[in-house]
Amino acid sequence: MHKFLIRSFVSSLVLLFTLTVAAVAKDVKAAFVYIGPTGDHGWTYQHDVGRKAVEAAGFKTTYVEGVPESADAERVLRQLANSGHDVIFTTSFGYMNPTNKVAKEFPNVKFEHATGYKREHPNVATYAARFYEGRTILGTIAGTMTKSNVIGYVASFPIPEVIRGINSFTLAAQKVNPNIKTKIVWAFTWYDPGKEAEAAKALIDQGADVIAQHTDSTAIVQMAEKAGVYAFGQASDMDKFAPKAVLTSVENNWGPYYVDRVKAVANGTWSQKDTWHGIGDGMVVISDLDSQMPADLRSKVKKLQADLASGKVHSFTGPIYDQKGNLMVAEGKTADDGMLAGMMTYVKGVEGDIPK
Amino acid sequence: MIKIVKRDQPSKAIFFFTPVLAIFLTLVAGGLIFFILGFKPFEALKFFFIIPIADKYGFSELLLKATPLCLIAIGLSFCFKSNNWNIGAEGQLTFGAIVSGGVALLFYEQEGFYILPIVILAGAIGGMLYASIPAILKTYFNTNEILVSLMLVYVSKLILDYLVVGPWSNPEGFNFPETRQFSDSAKLPLLFEGLRIHAGIFLALAAVVISWFVFYKTYLGFQMKVSGFSLKTAKYAGYKGKKMIILVFLISGACAGLAGVGEITGPIGQLHREISPDYGFTAIIVAFLGRLHPVGIIFASLVVAITYLGAETAQIFMQIPKYTGQVFQGMILFFLLASDYLLFFKIKFIGSKK
Repeated sequence: MHKFLIRSFVSSLVLLFTLTVAAVAKDVKAAFVYIGPTGDHGWTYQHDVGRKAVEAAGFKTTYVEGVPESADAERVLRQLANSGHDVIFTTSFGYMNPTNKVAKEFPNVKFEHATGYKREHPNVATYAARFYEGRTILGTIAGTMTKSNVIGYVASFPIPEVIRGINSFTLAAQKVNPNIKTKIVWAFTWYDPGKEAEAAKALIDQGADVIAQHTDSTAIVQMAEKAGVYAFGQASDMDKFAPKAVLTSVENNWGPYYVDRVKAVANGTWSQKDTWHGIGDGMVVISDLDSQMPADLRSKVKKLQADLASGKVHSFTGPIYDQKGNLMVAEGKTADDGMLAGMMTYVKGVEGDIPK
Repeated sequence: MIKIVKRDQPSKAIFFFTPVLAIFLTLVAGGLIFFILGFKPFEALKFFFIIPIADKYGFSELLLKATPLCLIAIGLSFCFKSNNWNIGAEGQLTFGAIVSGGVALLFYEQEGFYILPIVILAGAIGGMLYASIPAILKTYFNTNEILVSLMLVYVSKLILDYLVVGPWSNPEGFNFPETRQFSDSAKLPLLFEGLRIHAGIFLALAAVVISWFVFYKTYLGFQMKVSGFSLKTAKYAGYKGKKMIILVFLISGACAGLAGVGEITGPIGQLHREISPDYGFTAIIVAFLGRLHPVGIIFASLVVAITYLGAETAQIFMQIPKYTGQVFQGMILFFLLASDYLLFFKIKFIGSKK
């Protein structure tokens, strides 16, 4: 008899608990859709590090890797939404339309799309990182370390994200060294070690002694190591792939955001928003600074990092001129997010034209 | 004692039996791989081959996935039967998609019943044009069609890249590499509410029927068959070899182009850089697994399609790496080629003599 009482007491307690904090008690499951393999040591690898942080926070996660941006993406998304996942992170731009399409069919599932701009339904949020802040730091280092005053830059696609990075990098390099030139090679790929290595080689042959990259493989830093020039790691700390060449890396740190958002789903406080976090919020992380850099440069970089984090320094502070000499940002002003989001012109000092 | 004896003639029964054997061996080897990776083999195979198509939606996705594979493989069978090694169906698919996508964009925000037929036709013509390059080079300049058609795949992908990054990119799309969405009139109608399976499946079925008719009921089919066995015989018989080479390439290109149309005007609805997860290459496996026979190709396309779906399901529910799907595709082809040994040789068990 008293067993029954205890049981009913416990179950009513549980019921009460469930009623009051219904959403918290719910087992929230998060799913991640990746464009590449989790072992790419770049873009997907870092998202998977973020996923592991969500696991560590006590949530169940699922991932599907190597999902092409073809008609297949939609099926994978629908399957994840159908199999009890409460929030789905789609981590490549090409998933934008399928994400919004499937989100419409599953209003109770939250969708988080990285690097896109479409939020057609209340259950779709977007997020991206202010990588350009990291590139301000890389530019400062490159401008100081170069001897030939030619800096190479392997770019992926001529989209605002990449143009913004080139500009931010060049502006910072010019600040410490007005004579530098940034040479760009467009690889038209995010991940293709062969093409990326070729692009890096072409830049080194043109006299570049520091190579920056906006593609994801480790081929460029390895090529730089072979040629004896400096380079920067992309997405993850690539120091171990090219210990002499890599001066530092800009790391994509998605973990804190992912944990935050999954917790928000659990608490029932999730809402649609467009997140754009930088160094200050910890989404962009600068790896250890290589000891080949002079001590004063290292302390300068540390200070710059702190100032970017606090907002004291903005990557795009006027006066900024475009290639033709037209004023883009007036003296004392900073570029607003709208301008940054649509940035499709090079600043002065970048060589060549944006491919059209 | 086991003895291997050469057959006088390739066995017809074995000819159609080996694909089944290859699939069986793939399942056994696949189960073994799962076991070594630390998964329960039967459960893994269930998630790979049964769960994905266990409901109506899953089955419709299977048909959706098999449609381009079947269509391209049917086209390729025309080439392969007649000894023309068109390896560039992926390029013909891409170019067909480019031409039909370009036409679809011309009709942006326009509606009308006439739009879709023009868009489809444009895709077929695009594929034919692109396939005619290796065909003409082969017939008139004696180039190797394997190399030419394969290299043209990369050219077509670069053309697509250029177009979606540059002139055809969505003006409201922040320069991301994709075009606008096509208007509804330029899209293939869906067959059922809530499912993605579209009218493109009828194109594939029509191709199956037509190819069967051509292969087995026409003089052209006979010519193709003879050329496939021996080019010298074909020449001796007075067949116009050049014409036939161009014709089979055009048919093959049209099919691949139509497969491209099916993707972009079906589930995708726009042009971007990744319209096909290498259907053009996978269809080569499908064509051979189906023994270049129209009905065989239908089954083969379903079998190969399920390796894609199964790989996704297995990763979602069992955390099996998704790339095992490609391992399965490779194994099917490997076992098929290996078991073809049985076509020409038979294994005899001989009792030990006293």
